[in-house]
Amino acid sequence: MAEQQRGKLKIFMGYAAGVGKTYQMLEEAHELRSRGVDIVIGYLEPHGRKDTIAKAEGLEIVPRKKIDYRGSQFEEMDTDAILARHPRVCVVDELPHTNVPGSDRVKRWADVEVLRDAGIDVLTTMNIQHLESLNDQVRHITGIRVRETIPDWVVRQASEVVMVDLTPRALLHRLERGVVYGPEKAQQALQNFFRESSLVALRELTLREAASEVEHRIGSEGTRAAAEEPIPRQQRKHHKILVLVTADPKTAMVIRRARRVSDFLGAECFAVAIQPSGDLSDVPEAEREAIEKHLNFARNLHIETRILEGADAASLLIDFARRNEVTQIFVTRPTGRVWLPLLSKDPVQRIINRAKDMQIVIVSDREPVAR
Amino acid sequence: MTREIHRKTPEELLREVQAEEAAAGKGHLKIFLGYASGVGKSFRMLDEARRRRERGQDVVVGVVQPQVSPEVEALLRKLEVIPLKAVGLGTAVDVDRLIRRHPAICIIDGLAYDNPPGARNPTRWQDVQDLVDARIKVIGSINIQYIAELREQVEAITGKRVAQTVPLSFIKAADEIEIVDASAEEPLERSPEQQVDAQKREQQLSKLRELALLLAADVVDQQLSDYLERHGIRQDFGTQERILVCMTPRANIQEMIDTARIIADRFHGELIVAYVNQPEISPDDQATLQEKLAIARTAGARIEILDGEDPVDTLLEFARSRGITQLFIGHSQRAGIWPRIRGNPVDRLIRLSRGMDVRVFPH
Repeated sequence: MAEQQRGKLKIFMGYAAGVGKTYQMLEEAHELRSRGVDIVIGYLEPHGRKDTIAKAEGLEIVPRKKIDYRGSQFEEMDTDAILARHPRVCVVDELPHTNVPGSDRVKRWADVEVLRDAGIDVLTTMNIQHLESLNDQVRHITGIRVRETIPDWVVRQASEVVMVDLTPRALLHRLERGVVYGPEKAQQALQNFFRESSLVALRELTLREAASEVEHRIGSEGTRAAAEEPIPRQQRKHHKILVLVTADPKTAMVIRRARRVSDFLGAECFAVAIQPSGDLSDVPEAEREAIEKHLNFARNLHIETRILEGADAASLLIDFARRNEVTQIFVTRPTGRVWLPLLSKDPVQRIINRAKDMQIVIVSDREPVAR
Repeated sequence: MTREIHRKTPEELLREVQAEEAAAGKGHLKIFLGYASGVGKSFRMLDEARRRRERGQDVVVGVVQPQVSPEVEALLRKLEVIPLKAVGLGTAVDVDRLIRRHPAICIIDGLAYDNPPGARNPTRWQDVQDLVDARIKVIGSINIQYIAELREQVEAITGKRVAQTVPLSFIKAADEIEIVDASAEEPLERSPEQQVDAQKREQQLSKLRELALLLAADVVDQQLSDYLERHGIRQDFGTQERILVCMTPRANIQEMIDTARIIADRFHGELIVAYVNQPEISPDDQATLQEKLAIARTAGARIEILDGEDPVDTLLEFARSRGITQLFIGHSQRAGIWPRIRGNPVDRLIRLSRGMDVRVFPH
């Protein structure tokens, strides 16, 4: 079988609903069509917005698939039908969407991967708050824990990430005029994501993310390095990051942060959990489950995971780090009491005390901003 | 360019709020910022004009670019256009007529033009200022290569130097700024300069694009901190990474600075090095300290010398006031010259530094 070129992914990234991502994507779809490109709409979510609906006119739409779930009927993108139709380019709105149970794949981004595997280019949309590694920061800004997330590697694979911008003021006007949501949902939205301060912060986050995505695609010689004094090559040390995985719920936050830093530094990243050797009956089941959940989470973010066995967690981790030439260990904040740190049994505290030959990063909680 | 935008002192902010109050009742300036011609600024701007007109607002076009696409042409047919005024051998925006006509909104496509001698103002952005002062809402557009302060950076990327520019302060003072982004390949197809090696051009465009996004992010960051200050919100959103390296004479400063520099560059963040003055410091330590501060300065860090009774409290207070997201400390601080009466400084910093990551460095 001939090797097929994988389809390209282009993401229209926004900072909130209503900035005009879908509209801009459809504009591009029309432009491609006018140039004779075979393009279809695989999924569109116009949210009843009149301008967006008008923009979709004249584009071929692949009908959605109907799925029954608990007595109701839901509609999802019909990935098989798109594969059968096999256009050059497919428009797929709302990349972070979670499919209804009973669908072939849990996430829409996984459907998009399937389309790209078949050599179909995909145009898609998403908002910054769905990027996994920013989940804690977004919660810090908006007070909301976003559940539908996209692993960063999906976005990094995109050939282009384009920022769809609109000033918060203009967006708030749109919201007030009822362009974005119906009246009830608009009121609800104004309470959280659509607070002006949240919007400004999310917008800044998106601009910086878009800039990093551009820089990532240019390569490491970014604008700043070109325009200002470059860092001498010999100072560029190769970094390896190790994350300590425990049952502590804050571990997810540490994993996200480590993923983000290692992506930006171009460093390798491992996650390691430590369990007592042999008899596991000492470990409460809830704890084992939490650790397994965190390891799975790390794997979903393309972080290699290991489980080490032994009694002394701190020593095991430090030995592993030294053997593997780790340069940075990421941990949660120690929980022990402040006045006895040197006698602490908390493994995190012991790692800080003993791993003096490498950098230790204690990741902070990012609690929502008090209002 | 980006590093000079710093967090303001309360005095600066107060002055700004007063200036804002004084400006209340004035016009309004909105700028569409692009990274190259052909990204679609004119279309976006005139499409906004169309939508506003459809909503019943009084919109006129003061000037458009000399060459426009068919899509822009179609939009222009739906809008009232005030012709340019002949001045000597050239033309300029007809400011007097626009002020007499006094629309609610005026479109000025392309802000970086010098007017011919004899015009009302030497440059077009000054014309815009007059319109804004006359309480007209102006919507304008500009490419980053025409911002005076970015000229050298742009020249380093493109090898070309533009003659007509707009000062950065004018852009930053705009009430709203919106970025018009597109993939770097797109303007290429529309540009007539097909001779240039396509790949090199795409690379250049990507760098210009990054520059534009970062400039917009810095402007937005300033707006955010102003907003938070005005509303009395003290907590920082951490939208920009800000690294604080805590300096002591015994710190392994080279590794700290190297790591900090790389992280700051990759995250487009800020890098600050702080030292808390110690009362009894030996001449040897003093000399080492100066050497280490010099290393930090060479790396482009901003140096802050702080005074305070307790170094941990002093550093944390400073870090909070600057919205620091990452605190870099040395293990050496454990056995360092800081007073230990209230416990080990490293452990205290780790426990008390809520909202910031702490990175502890080896000896």
